[in-house]
Amino acid sequence: MWGGVMTDTWLVATLVAVIAGVVGFFVVLRGAAFPAHAIPNGAFAGAAAAYVLGFNTLVGLGVCAVLSALGIGTLGRRGRHDVVTALALVMLLAAGAALLSHSTEYQPQIYSLLFGEVLGVSRQELVPVAALGAVCLGALAVLYRPLMLSSIVPEIGEAKGVSSHRIELAFLVVVAVATTMTVPVVGALLIFSLMIGPPAAARCFTDRPLAALPLSVAIALATVWVAIAASYETNWPIGFFVGTIGALAYGVGRGWMAWRRGRTVRGSRASTNIGAWPGSAPGWTADDGG
Amino acid sequence: MRQLYRWVFEPGFFSSQPVHVALVLGAIVAVVSGVVGIFTVVRGQSFAGHALTDVSTAGGSGAFLVGMSPVIGFVGLGVVAAVVMDLIGARRERGRDLATGIVLGASIGLAALFLYLDTTKSATTGAAQHILFGSIFTTAPGTVPVVVGFGLVALAIVALLYRPMLLSSVSDDIAAARGVPLARVGVLFMVALAVAVGLSSLAIGAILSTALLVGPAATALRLTKRVGPAMLLASGIGVGGTWLGVLLAYDSSSWGSSHEGLPVSFFIVAVLFVTYLAVSLSPRTGRRS
Repeated sequence: MWGGVMTDTWLVATLVAVIAGVVGFFVVLRGAAFPAHAIPNGAFAGAAAAYVLGFNTLVGLGVCAVLSALGIGTLGRRGRHDVVTALALVMLLAAGAALLSHSTEYQPQIYSLLFGEVLGVSRQELVPVAALGAVCLGALAVLYRPLMLSSIVPEIGEAKGVSSHRIELAFLVVVAVATTMTVPVVGALLIFSLMIGPPAAARCFTDRPLAALPLSVAIALATVWVAIAASYETNWPIGFFVGTIGALAYGVGRGWMAWRRGRTVRGSRASTNIGAWPGSAPGWTADDGG
Repeated sequence: MRQLYRWVFEPGFFSSQPVHVALVLGAIVAVVSGVVGIFTVVRGQSFAGHALTDVSTAGGSGAFLVGMSPVIGFVGLGVVAAVVMDLIGARRERGRDLATGIVLGASIGLAALFLYLDTTKSATTGAAQHILFGSIFTTAPGTVPVVVGFGLVALAIVALLYRPMLLSSVSDDIAAARGVPLARVGVLFMVALAVAVGLSSLAIGAILSTALLVGPAATALRLTKRVGPAMLLASGIGVGGTWLGVLLAYDSSSWGSSHEGLPVSFFIVAVLFVTYLAVSLSPRTGRRS
């Protein structure tokens, strides 16, 4: 479990968890769960094409992920955002499946692209993953203030000259880059679990963005580490553990919220707030961005 | 003329048993998806609809594991997940995507496990491909009555909810003031949605069924804003797209040299997607919304 090959796995998975924790924090903040789910699936088509045509998978993934991010961003401007996202996503999946259906030799690849193959990570993958991860974090550091502003109070952002459309596009491209580096490791479907579960759980525990961000990374790390260990022990797919632990973390978070609210407002029964998550809680102002 | 006919319908198209089953199943599924899809798009619940497709992946692979008919798995787990999503906050605009995402994430995990167990149990990797991307040609004729039954349930729910849903789609506040039990309407609609998604999973595969649900409905709503006619139109587009897809897939086995043919689901999705693009990008209809 700690031997030579596994060292690379632990390293890559740790990188993936950090990126997913940070990017996912903004995904949850912006309520962009659907695009975050669609982009990895678009990338799936790119990877499928790369397998069939025989060039580097990472290139196929990257090109397709960025293209689908730009497509969702621009098409969504004209019509209903969610409809366009849904259709584009399914079209890309179908294209990927059609490409791979050509020969049965690709069927294991379909499975590993969708659900991940963390135990097969090699040293060569370490460098591109680290490089792309650094690009992601750098872009988010530059975008931090305008992104915060346009996520929480888009009207004020617009007034201050932050174009929400351009921010949206830039953010979707960051998600696409994060996807490119993570899909080969955790799979197209599971990177989504990792981007939603831990950040959503983190937001249950604290109202302050600067505290929620590291907490989100920490939960993502814990999720991935436990998932790898469990997957190694049981031989079951890592995706199962990532998905379940992510959902469990969110469940614990919701429980914690309910317990705390029960303690603070006991008697006055603020029933209007039940079911709401702290999207509009007072702590979430742009000033917290520092 | 005859050559053209031969070229459009490859020999044997109308006498093939799997094609008959595929055409009948495709039509039923497309009608149910079209009707339910209209409300899905109007209410902005495409993401929930899509999430349910991944839930049905888990359901289908679970059913495969214990040796049940995949339809039962597709629909059964979908209904359970729909109720859970509604309970943890699918109703609130902002918390809704998150609640959907959480259920989605967990069910993808389950699907990964079931598919893995399927492949280790049967020593074939075909199960994953089959459940995820489906093949309407290999469906047993015996599933038709089951599909008809579930389809009628979904249509009955929509008929029952038609007026209150219209009202609450326009404005929740007005609906609540008129005494519409919003919570109950929401849960029931999610159940109808889960049934529709389960059925289309059977036709074009679990993770592609969103196309059949959202595609024709979104196209129809570009052409007309009235809900009743839009439902008819969406059903029509769905049936047309499915049949065209089946025909193209059947013909595709004679294209090229491999004689293998491309998956039918790909053609159905491609036809529906191109139709939507054509309608929404054409200058006359595109500007309206």
